[in-house]
This record gives sequence, C-alpha cells and structure tokens, in this order.
Amino acid sequence: MKPVLLVDFGSTYTKATAVDLEAGGLLGTAASFTTVETDINEGLSNACAILKEKTGVNDYTATYACSSAAGGLKMAAIGLVPELTVQAAKEASLGAGAKIMKTYAFKLTKSDVREIDRLRPDILLLTGGTDGGNSETILANAKKLTALEADIPIVIAGNRCCADDCEEILEGRQIYVCENVMPSLGKLNILPAQKIIRELFLKKIVQGKGLTKAMELMTDIIMPTPSAILEAMQLLANGTGSTSGIGELLGVDLGGATTDVYSIATGSPTNMKTVYKGLEEPYAKRTVEGDIGMRYSMRGVVEAVGSERLASMAGLTAERLEEMLSYLEAHKDAVPRDEEFLRLDDALASAAVETAAIRHAGTIELAYTPMGETYVQSGKDLRNVKNIVVTGGALIHSKNVEKIARYAGMDGAHPESLRPENAGIWVDKKYLLAAMGLLGKNYPETALEIMKREIIYYGDQK
Amino acid sequence: MEKKKLVMGVIGADVHAVGNNILYHAFTDAGFDVVNLGVMVSQEEYIAAAIETNADAIVVSSLYGHGELDCKGFREKCDEAGLDGILLYVGGNIVVGKQPFEDVERRFHRMGFDRVFGPGTAPETTIDALKEDLYKE
Repeated sequence: MKPVLLVDFGSTYTKATAVDLEAGGLLGTAASFTTVETDINEGLSNACAILKEKTGVNDYTATYACSSAAGGLKMAAIGLVPELTVQAAKEASLGAGAKIMKTYAFKLTKSDVREIDRLRPDILLLTGGTDGGNSETILANAKKLTALEADIPIVIAGNRCCADDCEEILEGRQIYVCENVMPSLGKLNILPAQKIIRELFLKKIVQGKGLTKAMELMTDIIMPTPSAILEAMQLLANGTGSTSGIGELLGVDLGGATTDVYSIATGSPTNMKTVYKGLEEPYAKRTVEGDIGMRYSMRGVVEAVGSERLASMAGLTAERLEEMLSYLEAHKDAVPRDEEFLRLDDALASAAVETAAIRHAGTIELAYTPMGETYVQSGKDLRNVKNIVVTGGALIHSKNVEKIARYAGMDGAHPESLRPENAGIWVDKKYLLAAMGLLGKNYPETALEIMKREIIYYGDQK
Repeated sequence: MEKKKLVMGVIGADVHAVGNNILYHAFTDAGFDVVNLGVMVSQEEYIAAAIETNADAIVVSSLYGHGELDCKGFREKCDEAGLDGILLYVGGNIVVGKQPFEDVERRFHRMGFDRVFGPGTAPETTIDALKEDLYKE
C-alpha cells in the first residue's frame, strides 16, 4: 500500500481524505469541526484520528493540503476600464482561487487607498493598459499606493512598458512583476498572474493564517481550496494524456455564504450569424456569488428570484416562508430535519443554483439589423455542454439533488441565458473534488480514476 | 518612430464585415498599430478600447445608411471619458439615400468628426489623411 493524505482546511471543517496510490482507490474520508480560534491543527489531528479508525492507516507517504480557512485568499484588483482590464484582473484573481473584496477602475483616490488599508486584502493586483497602451493611470495608481500603511504584496500585471516604472515607484514594498493580464485589447492572459498569486499564497499568506505548524506536516502544495476544485474540474473535463475525461462541464459548489460556479468549456459562438462582444473568456472560468448561499446569504437568493416564486417552489405560503426564513436567520447552524424545512432548503438550493449559473453563463440577444436578424453573444455559450457537476454540503446531502442540479441548465423562462441544454448530472457525493484537485497535481491518472468512479452520474434529461 | 495606434470598427447594428477587414489590412500594412473591434460596435466600445490602448485615433465605418444616428454624441462622450481632442474619422455610406457630400461632411464636422469620407473612398486616401494628421508637428 502507498497511502496519501489529502487535507482541506475549511473555515468550519477540516476534511481529510486518504487514497491508496498502489491500488488506485479511495481509502476513506473524515471531517472534523474546527475554527481558526480553536487552532486548526487540532482539527487536523481529530480528522486524522477518525480517518485512522476507518482505514487503519496512520503513516502516509505524502501529504497535500488546500485551505480556505480564515477567509481564504482575499484580494483587491485595480484596473483601468471596468469591462476590460478590471474584468481581466477579476478573472485572474478568481481563477487563482481568491475572494475579491473590491475592484477599482480608473484612477485611485486617497479614500480608495484608505479603504484598501481598511480591507487589508492578502494581495493587491495592479493592472491597467494594454502593452504599449495607457500608462498614465497605472503609474498614477502606483504613486497613490505608496501611501498604503499596510505592507500588502502587490502583483503588477499591467502595461509592460511601464512595469519598471511601477516597480521603482513602489520600491521598498513587496512587489511582483509579471505579464500583462490583457496584453492586447480583448486578449486575456491570466495564467502568469495566477501563478504568482498561488506562489504568494503558499509562501506568505498561509503563515499568517495559523497554518504554519500544519504546513510542516505537509509534503507539498498548499493552495486555496477553490483553486484545488478548479484543478479537479479541469482534470475531470479534459482527462489526462492517456485517459479521456468526461468532456466540457459546468460545475456548481453551493455553500452557506457563497456559491462558486466553474465552467471548463470554450463557450465560443456556435453560429456564423452570432457576433461576440466583450473580453475573451477563460477556458477554465470561475465566478463567485457572494450574495447567494444557503444560510448567511439566504436573503440574496430571495432577492434574486423573488419571495413569491421561492414560496411556490417550496409549496409554502408567503407568510410561512417569511417565518421560516427568519427562524433560519436566527439559527444559522440549525440542520432542519422536518419535511417543511427540507422543502424550503431544496427550493433555496434550486434558486441559488439557477441564479449563480445564470450569472456565470453568457447571454445571447437577437438584434434586428437592416440586413436581417443577427445574434449578439456576450460571455460563454454553454448550451452544448453535456455535464453539470455539483458539490457542496447543502446539495450533496439532499434527496432531490438531481432535480436541484437541473436548475443549472437551460430553462424556458430564461431563453437568453446560455446554459447547458441537455446535460447529465454528476454529484460529488463524497465531497472529493478539492482532494482530487490536490492529488491530480502529482497523480492525475489516479485522481481521474477515483473521480470517475466516485462521482455519481445521473443520465441526461430524456 | 513609434507606431500610431488606431481603434476601428463598424458602428451600430451594421454587420458589414468585408470592407472593415480590407481597411484593417490596409491600415496595418501602412504601418499603423490597429485595434479592430469588428462589426456592431457601440460608441462605448470604441471609447473603452481607445482608453485602454491609449489610441491616437478612432476610425468609424458605416455602410447601412444609419451612421448619422449612430454617431450622434460620439465626440461629447469622448470628451466626457477623458479622450479630449482624440482624432475622430468617419467614412462609408454614412447617411440615408443620396445626399450632396458637402452637406453630409458639414453635418459630421459639426458633430465633432475631424474627417469625413464618402462612399467609394480608397483606403489610401484615408491613410494619407491619417499620416498627415498624426505625424504633423
């Protein structure tokens, strides 16, 4: 046996997964309640103890970890035009697994800089201008940032012609220069910035989050949990050189406070009569809905779909819905068991999945021109994507998970939203995705094999 | 000498891509750094692109006859976005029906376009004008 331990440090749970590399199979999983206050290492040893009871294994040949503890990786992004470099900076941060606290467009003001000091992001991403394009704004912003009191690492990924100048202006600070996130108009180049962000997370940020001791036990890789999930989604979709994946996919991770949506798909227009508008989309795209979740962001879900629709989805009266929502707000940790609350949770989950998927997917609209009808697409066209993958505690434990997951697909009420038309549903019942993303970094074949075996498939819609 | 940068495209709900592509190649061959926004471009898109790339000129094409409506307020929006004084060209079949070109030119000048080109203009004419306007001094 060649056992490997994979750990996911969450803000409330530490999850441990054991895999046998020789047999290429899953040994077991365990979770233990933790908070950063109670010391994250305690959660790790508890989870390992439970795992040992289940599997009988105590010695691992390697240990890998990801973390979203202490708020995960928090970033602020600065660009020039909102729909261009600011958007590119946002894509870069989200794809690196970060939580975006704030974005800034055009020139920073003194109060913006004070706000950044207050928000204390782990990393600042400074962009602006295409290569050889606008330099005035990024230079002005670099100057403004010299007034920052906090010693925040700054990644410079803007107009390459003034990268040196920015570095000089910000001398004495933690500066990391990399390629422009948007080297020419509409072209996205986010991988270099993401690489630096991940390295910074590993080198600097985990230390400040009470993970130093836990890290000593780890052989390699500490990455933000969303980044591990994105790795897993890519492996699952693309496969390895020798084993095929399941193909393009749309993934939803429904949490208590936020909902993450992933798509591994090109999403280009499928029709000659379609005109594409806006910035190029990343093949592996992640979006985060901070106002959509099962408990802390419950009200955001109600706002998005309307209380009337939510009540009818749950089979409740408007008054009863309000009563129940107020109860859940007061008891956020309650895990309701009675039938009425389960119905509400299913409705909330369905509405959350639908809203988050709509915001992630592209849109298409019909334009009438003197030459006839033309379609204008912005964002990704996911209609031909054949797989919807769902994960997250609220989803995987519901009896109706397949039905809820279908809300990520195309529906008659939102024909403009380019979501999968006819997809099969995959459910990450054992909550393995983050662990498999970690494992896949070094052992992609084993990770893919385990995912294809353990993630449950519900056929397509017909 | 540093290459001058142009932002170009076909404005409004116009999908005529062929002439636009010809212009793109002609401008590029003439030594300009060209950002081609393609067809169905809104005023806001030209402006956003010009800001981000620090463009020296915006060259607007239109073929379907509705150019006059599409171009209304363009100069004012440029001013508002901080692109004061950016060189603004328009050309093509830019008005409804057959109208005397002098009238058309006057109206577009009044709208803030620096140069106006009628139907059948050869790319070389525009290139010469660009060189004259951008490399004077």
